[in-house]
Amino acid sequence: MAHVELRELRRTFGPVIALHGIDIALESGEFLSLLGPSGCGKTTALRLIAGFDRPDSGRILVDGKDMTRVPPSRRDMGMVFQAYSLFPNMSAEQNVEFGLRIRGLGRPERAAKVAELLELVGLGHAGKRYPHQLSGGMQQRVALARALAIEPRVLLLDEPLSALDAKVRVQLREEIRRIQLELGITTIYVTHDQEEALSISDRVAVLSQGRIEQIGTPVEIYGAPETPFVAEFIGTMNRLEATVTDPSTGEVDYGGTLLRVDVVRGRPAGEHVLVLVRPETIELEQGANGSAPNGSLAVEIVSHTFLGAVTRLRLSCPAGELTADVSTTRALAIPVGTQAHASFPPATARLLTLEQPASAARDQDGR
Amino acid sequence: MSRRPSLSALAWLLLGAAYFVVPLAATAEFSLKGGLSRYSFAAYSSFLDDPQFRETFWLSFKLALETIAISLVLFVPTVYYVHLKLPRLRPVMIALSLLPFVVPPVVLVVGLLGVYRGAPEWFIAKPEGFLVAGYVVLSFPFIYWSLDAGFRAIDVHTLTEASQSLGAGWRTTLARVILPNIRAAALAGAFLTLAVVMGEFTMANLALFNTFPVYINYIGETKAYPAAALSIVSFAITWIAMLGLLFVGRGRGRRVAQAESAVMT
Repeated sequence: MAHVELRELRRTFGPVIALHGIDIALESGEFLSLLGPSGCGKTTALRLIAGFDRPDSGRILVDGKDMTRVPPSRRDMGMVFQAYSLFPNMSAEQNVEFGLRIRGLGRPERAAKVAELLELVGLGHAGKRYPHQLSGGMQQRVALARALAIEPRVLLLDEPLSALDAKVRVQLREEIRRIQLELGITTIYVTHDQEEALSISDRVAVLSQGRIEQIGTPVEIYGAPETPFVAEFIGTMNRLEATVTDPSTGEVDYGGTLLRVDVVRGRPAGEHVLVLVRPETIELEQGANGSAPNGSLAVEIVSHTFLGAVTRLRLSCPAGELTADVSTTRALAIPVGTQAHASFPPATARLLTLEQPASAARDQDGR
Repeated sequence: MSRRPSLSALAWLLLGAAYFVVPLAATAEFSLKGGLSRYSFAAYSSFLDDPQFRETFWLSFKLALETIAISLVLFVPTVYYVHLKLPRLRPVMIALSLLPFVVPPVVLVVGLLGVYRGAPEWFIAKPEGFLVAGYVVLSFPFIYWSLDAGFRAIDVHTLTEASQSLGAGWRTTLARVILPNIRAAALAGAFLTLAVVMGEFTMANLALFNTFPVYINYIGETKAYPAAALSIVSFAITWIAMLGLLFVGRGRGRRVAQAESAVMT
């Protein structure tokens, strides 16, 4: 039995369907991220789980017990909010202590627990400070300690790092993961930042327009997107609209150039497919104008975007444009205007059938 | 870096100050003359020894405290609920809060007398009953706007949800999380209500209750020098209330500024 289960959870706001009846099951101690763009329903789902909102239909189960109608104060779920949520009239210690006082713990137990948790989030020295005396990152650490103090069955985090600067964000997300692993607490984390979700989660659920597009491990989500949306949303992806020409070798025709894609093998000849190629898998060789060996595209370097260790290149070919990520030292050798041959290992490309992409098929079923 | 004010700015400041200070100074000087060739506090001692002064002052002060208590008990949960659950009702609250300014007190008294016709005598015949009911209506705009500003300055939703997620019910959330964070706003509303009630004349006079402003009016009609002295005392009371408001507001402003600067860093 799963620790937390969302069954057919549906929520509408007037004519807008925020959640189309989602199903998610989490095992005990699992870290799941709900990832998606603004308005995809991820925060709505989290608020339903926390009890701040009621679903139109569907159920929320924790250890098999139906929590759908249980008020938030009795759900035993700790929550860290996107906005700074510390009580301004209380010090960091008093904030962490709040939930323990509600539960009627004695003063010595409370003091010990508060000290332990502030130490856990690295703020053992700042217990006497009030929220206005703490930086944004420190406030969110205290909020995390406060949520953990009540030893919740589930920890819910609603974009807790979005108001922080990039460096603190990275540091704090690693700490959240460390603490989660240390305590083994089941965690649901809402974010629109794919890097954040992929770097700290056991599994990621990608949401779009109130539906779950795909649930899987970060490697599965990144490496094997199941829908065009996931392919577009996670990382950068080249989309090559092609036609299967030789099912036995996995050959496709992309704008007149024949390319080999392993996953095409066995598909019927003439089928229109969407070949997905990650920019970092594209290999570039300098070559003569207009000609390219078999399995390669003749391209021209159109632009360079410096990203640090990696440089992103925009490539122009007769069938369209591609993006390639190469090491910055390599990029210096192929300046803008260079004619080159672009290829990718046949095993690295993914495939989606153009006639009926997964999300489109579901849209039709839904209507 | 501090800048020295220009001469024209100083001139305008002095002119503005004179507009308020000169009549006050003249009244104070008049009250101290008492018709004699030398200054004395005779006019002040004449009403300070009057038991009616102490009785009416105490009555008005009690009515103010009662009005403040009833208003806060009624409006703190109401404004909280409107901010939390019914933000669409805020324009209605704003419209209601303007009514006491639009409806003249004379009309309000007549209306209230009609509403409370048939009410028990302990209510209708006592200032602690009827008059306080009217004062709650009169002071509603001041309480409402103060509380509304207080609730807008905090993130009511997040604080409430954070409190609930930690296991607190509605009463605990209101008492231990919300109230301490709107304390300054509630105090501001209370001071304004105090000033309103201590100076309200029309309603008390029409309803035939002898409150402090009615007493001031009576003195003003019968004794010139004590009336001036009483005006100065009345002013002082209002000013003390206002200074209290300023003090509370400054403390709150400093906390908000500190919180904002912490977020910015």
